[in-house]
This record gives sequence, structure tokens and C-alpha cells, in this order.
Amino acid sequence: MSSSSAFNDEKGGSSSVGEPEYGHDPASGGIFSSDYKRHDDLKEMLDSNKDSLKLEAMKRIVAMVARGKNASDLFPAVVKNVACKNIEVKKLVYVYLVRYAEEQQDLALLSISTFQRGLKDPNQLIRASALRVLSSIRVTIIVPIMMLAIKEAASDMSPYVRKTAAHAIPKLYSLDPEQKDQLIEVIEKLLADKTTLVAGSVVMAFEEVCPERIELIHKNYRKLCNLLIDVEEWGQVVIINMLTRYARTQFLNPNINESLLEEGGEKEFYASDDDEDDEEKKAEAAALAKRKPYVMDPDHRLLLRNTKPLLQSRNAAVVMAVAQLYFHLAPKAEVGVIAKALVRLLRSHSEVQYVVLQNVATMTIKRRGMFEPHLKSFYIRSTDPTQIKILKLEVLTNLASETNISTILREFQTYIKSMDKDFVAATIEAIGRCATNIGEVRDTCLNGLVQLLSNRDELVVAESVVVIKKLLQMQPEQHSEIIKHMAKLIDNIQVPMARASILWLIGEYCEHVPKIAPDVLRKMAKTFTNEEDIVKLQILNLAAKLYLTNSKQTKLLTQYVLNLAKYDQNYDIRDRARFIRQLIVPTDKSGALSKYAKKLFLALKPAPVLESPFKDRDHFQLGSLSHLLNTKAGGYQELPEWPDSAPDPSVRNVEVPEWSKCTSRKERKEKKVEKPFYSDSEGESGPTESADSESDSGSRSESDSEQTGSGSESEESVEESQSEEEEDEEEEKMKKKKKVDKSQPKKSESAESKIASEIQFLLSTSVAPTSSPQVTPVNNFLSSSLASDLEGLSLTDTVLAPTTIAPSASVRMYELLHRITGEGLGVEYCFNRQAFSPDPHMVAVQIHFTNNTSCETKNLHIEEPKLQSGMRIKEFPEIDMLPAGESVSVVMGIDFCDSTQAANFQLCTHTRKFFVSIQPPVGELMTPIFLTENEFKKEQTGHN
Amino acid sequence: MIHSLFLVNATGDIFLEKHWKSAVSRSVCDYFFEAQERATEPENVPPVIPTPHHYLISVFRHRIFFVAVIQSEVPPLFVIEFLHRVVDTFQDYFGVCTEAAIKDNVVVVYELLEEMLDNGFPLATESNILKELIKPPTILRTVVNTITGSTNVGEQLPTGQLSVVPWRRTGVKYTNNEAYFDVVEEIDAIIDKSGSTVTAEIQGVIDACVKLTGMPDLTLSFMNPRLLDDVSFHPCVRFKRWEAERILSFIPPDGNFRLLSYHVSSQNLVAIPVYVKHNITFREGSSQGRFDLTLGPKQTMGKVVESVLVSSRLPRVVLNANLSPSQGTYTFDPVTKLLTWDVGKINPQKLPSLKGSMSLQAGASKPDENPTINIQFKIPQMAVSGLKVNRLDMYGEKYKPFKGIKYMTMAGKFQVRT
Repeated sequence: MSSSSAFNDEKGGSSSVGEPEYGHDPASGGIFSSDYKRHDDLKEMLDSNKDSLKLEAMKRIVAMVARGKNASDLFPAVVKNVACKNIEVKKLVYVYLVRYAEEQQDLALLSISTFQRGLKDPNQLIRASALRVLSSIRVTIIVPIMMLAIKEAASDMSPYVRKTAAHAIPKLYSLDPEQKDQLIEVIEKLLADKTTLVAGSVVMAFEEVCPERIELIHKNYRKLCNLLIDVEEWGQVVIINMLTRYARTQFLNPNINESLLEEGGEKEFYASDDDEDDEEKKAEAAALAKRKPYVMDPDHRLLLRNTKPLLQSRNAAVVMAVAQLYFHLAPKAEVGVIAKALVRLLRSHSEVQYVVLQNVATMTIKRRGMFEPHLKSFYIRSTDPTQIKILKLEVLTNLASETNISTILREFQTYIKSMDKDFVAATIEAIGRCATNIGEVRDTCLNGLVQLLSNRDELVVAESVVVIKKLLQMQPEQHSEIIKHMAKLIDNIQVPMARASILWLIGEYCEHVPKIAPDVLRKMAKTFTNEEDIVKLQILNLAAKLYLTNSKQTKLLTQYVLNLAKYDQNYDIRDRARFIRQLIVPTDKSGALSKYAKKLFLALKPAPVLESPFKDRDHFQLGSLSHLLNTKAGGYQELPEWPDSAPDPSVRNVEVPEWSKCTSRKERKEKKVEKPFYSDSEGESGPTESADSESDSGSRSESDSEQTGSGSESEESVEESQSEEEEDEEEEKMKKKKKVDKSQPKKSESAESKIASEIQFLLSTSVAPTSSPQVTPVNNFLSSSLASDLEGLSLTDTVLAPTTIAPSASVRMYELLHRITGEGLGVEYCFNRQAFSPDPHMVAVQIHFTNNTSCETKNLHIEEPKLQSGMRIKEFPEIDMLPAGESVSVVMGIDFCDSTQAANFQLCTHTRKFFVSIQPPVGELMTPIFLTENEFKKEQTGHN
Repeated sequence: MIHSLFLVNATGDIFLEKHWKSAVSRSVCDYFFEAQERATEPENVPPVIPTPHHYLISVFRHRIFFVAVIQSEVPPLFVIEFLHRVVDTFQDYFGVCTEAAIKDNVVVVYELLEEMLDNGFPLATESNILKELIKPPTILRTVVNTITGSTNVGEQLPTGQLSVVPWRRTGVKYTNNEAYFDVVEEIDAIIDKSGSTVTAEIQGVIDACVKLTGMPDLTLSFMNPRLLDDVSFHPCVRFKRWEAERILSFIPPDGNFRLLSYHVSSQNLVAIPVYVKHNITFREGSSQGRFDLTLGPKQTMGKVVESVLVSSRLPRVVLNANLSPSQGTYTFDPVTKLLTWDVGKINPQKLPSLKGSMSLQAGASKPDENPTINIQFKIPQMAVSGLKVNRLDMYGEKYKPFKGIKYMTMAGKFQVRT
């Protein structure tokens, strides 16, 4: 049965289950309230042994659930079908079960065994789906079963099942918070998972269960940063938000010296990724500021660098997450990159605009310069919804400065003519704010606002009055004309707030308008009883002030007003009247205070500050719900202040023994499949990256215990090897695992693995280090293509095989020339790890030519090597002829001078020349040595 | 994360609810209705509404409110973006996303929602994976299912979720291998009273329809990639390659998808393809107003401006309009005061115009606001920024695909102030 026919009379009638009693349209309301027989029908259908009937019944039930009708009385009939063979029936039963299990706890238990069986299924997808439903059933009694299932699934070999386990954690936690400790253990385990599939889900679980356990992140920090780009988009949002908080606790404020350095110098300082340059600037800064210079933690830099590409995401939530990360963590000079991306989001749906504009408004208060170039993107269109208009207006106002104020005001002039009156009122307020903030335009704005006083729309006039009042307070002397003008308005304006404002103005500056003020009071005394409370209070104020300054003319009027107020219905007004009378009217009993009445009433009042409502909102993490609402939402994690001194950065170092924790052979295979698709490790990272990582490791040296640094090496090159090591470790680990697996799977402390880890240690500390992380950006053609990705996948097994001296067959092949670019000539190379006999300083590279064309290739040789200083090449002997379809291998030697710089040269045939380059991974630059275990241990102690 | 979802139609009925955690009573939507009442227009309903125990985050599309119920802190954009993704998926599955379509396919909708979120956290949102799990209903399949009793739920397990290229189905086969790319640019502009440009920018997208067998690896290069100022990609695009070489290298999803959206740097002057001569006046004391509008082409590089549609919301005091168009048809809705004029093509020899009078409310004073004029148009075979695709290459598969590229310029938010 199709879904549409289930809800369509005619089709339902013609279907195989078209018996009249089933043919009714269940979508029409009221059936279930009256006709209980229908449920019997459904039960009958569910009990039948025809799948099509069951399906039909389930579809109707789900439709009921969807419309919010109660279908819980069908629970027993439905739950019986949990083991149904038909996939769609099963899925619909799951949907139903998850919805009603909570209400029918006992009956729900009947289904548990089915899921438990599912958890043991050989198919990973069935295991995952069983766990998913099992954990969604909110029945407290099965908590232990869920716990067990989660624990088991967390070490499942399938990453998809592990992902499901991560999803199940918050479900169990919300069901029974007492399981927290055990769940944290599982989270800790899953955090160490290296697949992109799991990363997002487990961080989500972490955020829901134990966001305060920030120390669990340390060891996984670098991994999370590196995986980030390959995680699915929703996971990215969660991870980025969590890492923002993490970074706030672990790193120093990059803008700490902001005030001490001048803008230009600072910019250069932060922008430079070059280590030496950094050193220099640092020295300068230190000399200048005479305090400890700020050096960005390389891990801090890693986070900034790895999140930046995500600004290009199509998902607005990801872009926002990166933007807030930069806003909260990046040095001032680098925050600017987010502006463009945020402006781009303004093209999206209006809800997205709404949220983005709220955040932009907060950002513009702190960092106006960032959005100034995009001023015009915030111009308002008449078709924008009012709430968007008002937010854009807010941003425009925040962006106003001396240089652009004239453009902005011109723009505002058009807005005032809008039909949307709420928006016009907001514009007037915005003009007022521009006028207070920018002194030069105050008079222009004031004149403009005064013109608005003659506007036909009362709301516009009222809003103008309120704003003018605030502006006049700043310099009342010069504007008695305006005050007079406003005094005339009191006859016409009805909006209470505006009336009150005018009265207050006249009272406050009655000395500037001595002739008009008493007359206004006279008029107001007449209408007093009909005024709003807020206006009455101001009439009282006006009366009191006039009495004090001009008692001759106003004494009687004041007393009249005070008498009226005495019998007012509102107690505030009665109170105020009593208070004023005591204060200003001299009686025999009047206390000391009345002497100071004038001071009390006519004190100089500070001008109001017109502030953005978005001021100080940035103490909430941007992009969060709490920020949007400007109140703390439940479950909001405060963004911590920067620490004064950086916590130990070495906590993030991942130690070697950690890696040797064993996993089964199978799991290892899975991992291979899950290798991040576009990750950098296989030689995609460009030259800039390597420069970065060099400088990154620069400051890490103290912390790394394994550091050897043979005397002749410059400090920098040692660092390089260090950073390389980390990335290599991953490969090392795989290699180790393989070795372990062969003999004793599941035992991590085995002697085998010890040896493996020692060999690995040897590799990383051997005397000839220097190299950078990337393995081979071969010639860049297709370096990132699927072809090489897949190649990487299938061969990682053999990279750095367990012994350092390996037969060439097991060594990974790299591509030198793709057969398409090579016009049929494919060239691969590998480091065969054998001594290059003609010159011991050279690394032997085995080159493998394959001729895929239909004709022969002649005269294969090398020409014009372009080498870094010190590098040398020993060319292979020219190959005279390579027949079609044949392949041949030759060996050449390259002295890379212990660097990972690429050796560039031309590969020539009789017809063509191809530019190619070989870049060695660091491991290939080392001379293999053999050590016994004891010798090795001796070496090791020596280093430590 | 996302606790529940309610679908509310224009009349304020909840016609579908789905809970991913414990059921939340639908009475929570009362807060939403309250806000809806306060906002006069549906677009003005705040996207985030706090209630004592929950937060409601909603999007409004196709005259349906999608209201998500949240219980604790979560980035609002996360929810909003997800809800839009839900709408896109419905549209993808049913062709339209209307109340009727959702009601007709309520089981498919429910199955989709079940797969898209797990415990409120997005699980599978990639349309390729979803289509593997749940087949979209088509007329043919409906008939077949009715006869054979087979189902919409895919028999295979969602292997796509395990793939390194989750956006692409495996085992795709076509007899005709085709890859089509549409470069569509939109001009956003505000033109002021005197005809000068206040602001103008170009936003573009490249939409693709790729029907290729196997696992093709495509590269697309531009003649002038420097034009692109700010870009955002489909996740399939290799970012590093773009950074280094300004080449789009990707394994495409199967079917329709948006490869790229971009913004053309604002340094370049934007060629405005149409101009408007307008004269809309109201006289004080008279109950008549004059309306006079003429459109003309400008900087179109010899291409024809098509599908021109002019709309404008006239001031409230206008009771009716009595106009005569030189071509096309016009309508005026006296309730919403919306004037629309369907112009069609602009013929440079005979410029289209709309002239006549408006009758105003008697006794009402002259409105001090002037209406803004919104213009829509299309110019085929032209990308206004001058962006040009250089070449498209395919690797990884042996066959020769058919490749096609189409350019088009449209008006985005194109507004003329009067």
C-alpha cells in the first residue's frame, strides 16, 4: 500500500485491502472519539498474517500519532509486531514504540529481547538500529540493559555503531542521571575515537552529560582540530562551540597587549606566521612594553587555522560557529575575515538573517571596523520584515562614524518616509543615537528632527519629541527656540510620552523660556484631570519648578494643581503632591529640607546616554540562544574569562604509550575505510601549512621530553621533526597494531607491542631528523583526487612497515606523474629503504615507469634539476626505449640535505618534458640502524 | 537538542506533530499563537520565542510554520538551518511543500523525520542517503506499490552513511551520461529617486544536475576566478584545491545540487540592466493621483530582458487605480494595496509603460510616503559579472559525458525608490 492511498478514499477503496470497513479515510477527524470499533479493526489487521494488512494498519496508526491523536490503547497489538520481517512495518512499529513506551512501561518490556538480539547481529546497520531504538525507549527499568548495550557498542568495530552509542549516551543520561560516572567513562573512550563519524556525536554527548570535564578534551584536542573539516556539518557546529570554550580555559588572551602596541605593528606581529619574524617582533614588543610578550600557543593557532576554511560552508550554523570562535578567540587583526561570510548569510532566509543580524549587532559594538566596508549590505529594503529592518537599523547606527555619517543620515531620510510606522519610530531613535555619538552632526540631526515635528503622523512627532528632549539636555542654552516650538506642540500632541517629555523640558529649562512656561502650566492645569498618569507627574514637576523660580506668577496655579493631585485616584500622584507641597511651600513646620528645594529640583542633570541595547551582550557566547534572548538559557555554559597565565600546554601532548593501546585487527580495517576523505595527511597540505606547523612547534620544545636535537641541528629543524613526529605517530600506530594483531590480538602490554613502540621511538628520535609533516605533494596534479585517496587507503597498511629495513615490495608507492598528464606515461616512485651505494648521503628512490600508450616511449631521462641549495641528485641512467604496455624500474639517488624540501626536475621523453617533484616524508630520510632491545633501552635512558 | 516539531498552517491549526524525546503537549504552541497574533505579518513572528519551560524556534515557509521545541541552550541557527533542511527535503520528495502534500504523505514525512534526527540531534540530512532509505513517492511507484504491495522503504541498509563520500550513492548507472551546470546570477540593487545606484551587488550560484555513472571525479575551472570574492561550497568540493589553484575539484552528488554560491567583489561596477522612469504624484486636496511608469533596457549587452514583473505597494489612502499598460497586464488589490504589472519582454523600440490615475480616499491628506517599486526580470545567456567557465574535465571513469553550461542573470532584490 502506498502512503498516499492510505489517505485517499478512492485509492484506498480500489486497493487490495479495499473492504468497505477499512476504506474510510482515517484522516477525517472525529472518528476516534466516537467509533471504538475502528480500533478493533486495526487490531484485527495487526493480528493478521498478511504483511500488507499490517502495513496498512501501521500507516493509519502513525497517521493518528502524527496528528496528535492518542493511539496508546493499541500498544499491545502493535508491540507484537516488533519482530515483523517486513522492513517498513518494523520501522513504523519502532516509531510507535518510541512514542508510547513511556506510557506503557510493562508492555514495552516485551520488545526488549528483540533488540537485544539485534545488538548481536553481524550486520553493523542492524546493530546500530537496534541500539538506537532500545536507547530511545524511555523505560527506567531497562537502564542496566541500556548501559551494557552502550558500553558494548562503544567498542564495536563499526564506527557507525559507535556513533549510535554516542547518540545513546545523552538519552540514557536524561533517563537516569545517576549513571553519569559510568557514562563519562564511555565518553572518554569514544572521545579517543579517530573517525569523523563518531567525533561530532560524542562531543554532543560530552556537552550534554559532562561539559564541565574539560580535562577530557586535552588529549583529543589536536585530533579534533585536525578531523574537523571532515566531520559532518552538524557535528562541526557542536565541536566548534565546545572548542571555543576549551580554548578560553587553556590559552592566553591574544589581545592582551593590544593597548601597548600600536595598531600597525600589532597587525604585522600577529599576521606573521614565520617563526623568525615572530621572534623579532616578540623582542621588539618586549622591549617596547617591558612585560612578558604574548606568544600564541601553537594549539591555539591550530584551532584558528583549521576552522577558517569552514567559513565557506553552505551551512549557516557552521559559519556562525566559526565566526563566534574567531570573535572570541582570534587576535584582533584576524577577526576581520569573518565579516564577509556573515554578510553572505544575509542573503539567506529571513530567520537566518534575524539571528545573524543580532550577532552582527553585538560584534559591531566591539569591532566596528570589521563591518564598515560592508555598510551598504545593511541598507534596508521596503520589503524586509519589520524585525529585520529594526536590526539592520541597529547595525547601521553602530557603524556610524564621522566619515560615513552623512551617507547614513541620507539613507535614514528615506527610511523616515516609509509606510511602516514602527520602523520610522526606530529610525528616529537611531538618528538620536547618531547625534549623541557624533558631535559634528548633532545640529544637523536636531534640525532634521525638528522638521519632523510638523509631520502629519502623530507617532512620528511623538517619537521625535522624545528624542529631541534627550538631545536638548546636552546643550539647552542654544536651543530655546526649539523649546518654544515644542511648547506650542502641547496643544496638538496626544501621545502621553511626548506630552510628558515636552513638560519636562519646559520645566527643566523654564529659565530659558520665562514667558511661555507659566502659560503652559495654566493650560495644563485646565486639562489635568484628563491626563495620563505619566503626564500628571510631569505637570506636578513643572509646577514645582516654576514655583521655585517664578513664584509670583505661578503660586496660585501651583496650589491649584497640587490640590487637584491631592484627590487623584493614583496614589503615586497623591504621594508626589504631598511631597512637593512639603518641600516647596514654606510653612512654620517645614523642615530643613525646604531650604534646599531649589537645589533638589533644579540641579543640573547629566545628559542621558543613548546606548545600543546590544551593548555588553558579548558576555554571552555569540551565536548562542542565550545571546539571542539576552538571558541565560537552561544548560548554557558560560564562556570562561581568559586565564591570567596559561595552563600547562603539555597536557595536550599525546604520549607514545597511549598509542599502543591495542585494537583488534578488524577494527583497524574499519578505520582504514573511515579515513578522512579530504584530510591533509596524504600530502594535500600546501607550503603555507608546513610553514605554520614549523612555527607552531617552535614554542613547544620545552614540553617535549623526547626532544633530542643533535648538536649540529638548528633549533628550528629539530622542531620540525617534532611536529612531523606527531602526524607520523598515527601511521606508526597503525603499523604497530598490525604487528600486534598478527601475534596476540587484544593484548596491549605484550612484548611485541613494546618492541614496536621502541622501534617507533627510535624512528622519531634518530639522529637525522628534519622534515615536515606532509608526505608527498607529488607534482600537484590530482594530488587530492580520489585516485590517490583510494591508493592511500589501500596501502596505508604498508607505510613504514614494522621493520625499518623493509623489502621494497611492501613500501608505499607515490605518484610522480599521472598517466593522464603524462599522456600515457605513468610514473610512480617509492623509497626502497636501501642504502644508495654510489653516495651514502643520498636517499635511494626507486622510480617505476609504465607506458600506457600504444606506441613506445624513448629516451627517458632527467633534465634540469631545480634544487634547493645543498641538494644533489644522482640521475638514473637513461632508458633508451620503453615499449608500449611495458614497465620498468630504475633507482636514483637524491640528497635532500635532511630537509623536506621537494626536489624538482624535468622528466624527459623523446617528445615531451614533464615537470615533476619528489618530496620525502621525514621517515624516509633516516638511516636505518639495528639495535637489540637492551641497546635500545640504553639509548632511551640516555635521552631522558 | 530539538525536542519536538509542530507544523502549523496559516489558519493556526497544528496539523502534524513529531516528538524525538518525551512528548511535549501541544499547548506549548499557545505561546507561539500569541506571538503570531501580536505580529501583524507572518514574517514578523520572532523566530525565537521563549516560554517558561521551553523555547520555540520557528521558520515560515510555503505558508507553513515549522515550530521546533527546544528545552535547553542550542545555537538558534543550528535549529533554523535544520528546519530549512527539512523543508528542502520535503520539497525534494513531494515536489511541493504544502499542507496538502504533507498530509497526503504523512507516513513518508514521519519516516523522514525519524531518520533525520536521533534524540534531537541530526542524523542523516543528506538527500542521497535519505533517498536510499526512503524512496520518494512517484505516481508510478504509487501504482506499483498498490498492486504489488511493496513499500517505499528501501530494502537496502543505509550504506551511504558509512561511505567516505556520504553525499553520493554507490552503483549509479545511466545510459546517457550528462552533466549540466547553470550559472545563475542575481543583482541586488537599490536605485534612488534620481536613478542613481545606492547599492548594487551580484550574488551568484552554480546549480548542477549531474547524471554520471560510477564515481566520476570532476574539475571545473573558470576563465576569471578572481571575480569571485566570497564563496561557499557544497561539502563535496575540495577546499584545498580551490585555495591553491582556484579550481573546483569534486566528486559530485547524484542528481541536482548546488555546487557553489558566490559573491562578486564589490569593487567591480555592477551593470544595471534596466532603468525606470517614474512619476507618481498625489496632489493636496484632490482625490486623484497620477501614476506614470516607463521601463527601459540599459547595459544588457544586446540580450533581451524577459519575464519582467513590476510590483509596488501603494500608500494606504489609494482606493483604486485606473491604469492602462502599453503591454502586459496589471492587477491592483485594493485590500493589500499591491499593484503588480506583468510586463513580459522589454522591446527596446517600444518601451513598455503603465499610465493612469489613482483614486484616493476622500478627505484624506496627501500621503507623505512614496511607494517603492520592486522589479523582477530575467536575462538568459548572460552572466552579468562576466564569469565564464573555462572547462570541465572528468577523471576516474572511462566514458565521455555530455556536458552543458547555461548562463542566466536575474533580478534579486531589485528595488527602485520613488
